[in-house]
Amino acid sequence: MPAISFQSVSKTYPPSRQQKAQGKPGLKAVDEVSFQIEEGEFFGLLGPNGAGKTTLISMLAGLSRPTAGAISVHGFDVQREYAQARRQLGIVPQELVFDPFFNVRESLRIQSGYFGITNNEAWIDELLQSLGLADKATANMRQLSGGMKRRVLVAQALVHKPPVIVLDEPTAGVDVELRQTLWQFVARLNKQGSTVLLTTHYLEEAEALCSRIAMLKLGKVIALDRTSELLNRQRATCCDSRPTPCCPGPSRSMRASPGASCSCRRRTPMKSNNCWPPFAKPASRWKTWKCARPTWKTCSST
Amino acid sequence: MMAVTGWRALLYKETLRFWKVGFQTVGAPVLTALLYLMVFGHVLEDHVKVYGTVGYTAFLVPGLVMMSVLQNAFANSSSSIIQSKIMGNLVFVLLTPLSHWGWFFAYVGSSVIRGLAVGLGVFVVTVLFAQPSFVAPVWILVFALLGSAMLGTLGLIAGLWAEKFDQMAVFQNFLIMPMTFLSGVFYSIGSLPPFWQKVSHLNPFFYMIDGFRYGFFGVSDASPWLSLGIVGTAWLVVSAIAIHLLRIGYKIRG
Repeated sequence: MPAISFQSVSKTYPPSRQQKAQGKPGLKAVDEVSFQIEEGEFFGLLGPNGAGKTTLISMLAGLSRPTAGAISVHGFDVQREYAQARRQLGIVPQELVFDPFFNVRESLRIQSGYFGITNNEAWIDELLQSLGLADKATANMRQLSGGMKRRVLVAQALVHKPPVIVLDEPTAGVDVELRQTLWQFVARLNKQGSTVLLTTHYLEEAEALCSRIAMLKLGKVIALDRTSELLNRQRATCCDSRPTPCCPGPSRSMRASPGASCSCRRRTPMKSNNCWPPFAKPASRWKTWKCARPTWKTCSST
Repeated sequence: MMAVTGWRALLYKETLRFWKVGFQTVGAPVLTALLYLMVFGHVLEDHVKVYGTVGYTAFLVPGLVMMSVLQNAFANSSSSIIQSKIMGNLVFVLLTPLSHWGWFFAYVGSSVIRGLAVGLGVFVVTVLFAQPSFVAPVWILVFALLGSAMLGTLGLIAGLWAEKFDQMAVFQNFLIMPMTFLSGVFYSIGSLPPFWQKVSHLNPFFYMIDGFRYGFFGVSDASPWLSLGIVGTAWLVVSAIAIHLLRIGYKIRG
C-alpha cells in the first residue's frame, strides 16, 4: 500500500467576480494529477511559483477539497476518513505562523493533545533537543526569530510521531545552519522509516535528498522519475538534441559531462522568470554546474 | 477515547488563551459592570422600585451579571476564531483529526467558562452594593449555562463568517450589543409602553435575562418555563447552524 496516493486529482478555484463578469472560468490550479509515494520514500515535488505544489499539499492535508479525484494516506481517504488520514500526516506549513499566546513547550503540548496524546514529554524533549530548541522551551513564540519559529513549526508537525512527513518549502528564507539541522533531522527520520514529501524550489535540495522527484508546472505533472534517471534524461536531452541554450542573454561555454561531445552555454547565474527551475547558482561555482542543468531549465520563451 | 482528549486539548487551549490575558478578558468587564452599577444605582435607587418591592440596585445586579456573561461568552469564541483565521494559526487545529463536534464543544465550552468566570466576578463585586437573594438557584445556573452557551455558539458562527475585524465589529456592535441592552438589563419590560413590550418579547436575550433574574427574586416578566423553552430552542437552532458550518468547513477549508 502506498504511503500517499493521488488519483486524477484536480482543483479548480471558482472564478472571481471580475472573471465572472468577463465570462472567464476559474483558475485550474491542479489538473489531473496522479502519482503514488511509497512507504519510506523521500519524495520531492518541484515546481515554480503557481505550479500547484501548495494546492496539492493543502488537499492532502484536508485544508481544501479537490474538485475531482481522490487522495489517500496509507489507504485512508483524506475526505471520507479524514481523522485516520490526518493521524498519519505531519505537515510543516509554508507560512511562518504561530500562536502568540503560548510558549514553545505549551504549543507542542497543545498540538500533541489535539491528536489525543496527553503524556508526551519525553518525545517533546527529544524534538526540542534535536531541533536546537531546548533553551527556548519556555520562550513565548513572539520572542523567537524567524528561523526558530520555523523549527517550532517542524516540531509541531512531528509531535504526534506521524509516519508521513510533509514539508512545504521548509527552507525558504532560512539560514544555512537551520537547513543543515533540518535536513539532518529529517534524513534521520526517513532512515528510521518515515515517508517524506518535500516541496521545494531548490533543485540542489531535491537532488541531494530525494530518491524520486515529480515536477509540476501549471498544475500538471510534467516529469516523474527517480532523481538520477530524471537528471540523466534531462542531461541527455540537453546535450543530444538541444546543444544551444534556449535562454537568451550572456552565457559561458562549458563542456558537457564526460562522454558527451556537445557544448552547452550557461545562462547568467541569476534567477530568471523565463526559466524553470529558477537558476540561482553563484557565478563563482560555475565549474560544478554540468551542462545539463542550465539547458534543462526549459524556457517558457522558446 | 482519543477524540475525547482531542477536543479537551482544544478546550484547554481556548481557556488558557483567555486566562493568560485575564486583565483584559475578565478584569475589564468586571470593572465595566461595576461602573454601570455605581452610576445607575446611585441615580435611580431612590426613585425606582421594580416588581413592587425590589430596589433598583438589587434588580440591576442580576441583569448586569447576565449581560456580562452573555457579552463575554460571545467575545471568547468570536475573537479567538477571527484572530486565528487572520494570523493563520488556525491551521494548527485544521490539520488535526478533530471532528466538527470536537470543535463545537471546545469553542462553546471555553466560552461558557469565560462567561461564567466574568459573571462570577461581577457578582462578587456588585454584591457589596445590594444584598442578594437566591429564591431559585437552579434557574440561575440553568440560564447562566444556557445563555453563555447560546452566545458562545453565536460567537463561533460570527468568527467563522467574518473575514476581517471590521465585519466582526458589525456583528458585535450592531447585533449583540443592542439586543443585550434592550433585553431588560436596566429595566423591567413591564414599565415599557405595550408596543415596546411586544417588541421585547421577540428578543431572545430578554428571556435569558428574565429567566436568570427569576432565580434571584422568584418574580419575572415572563414565566421561567417559557423563557427556558424559547432559549433552549434558540440554542438548538444556532447550534445546528454552527455544527453544519463546521462540518462543511465554512470559510476555513477551501
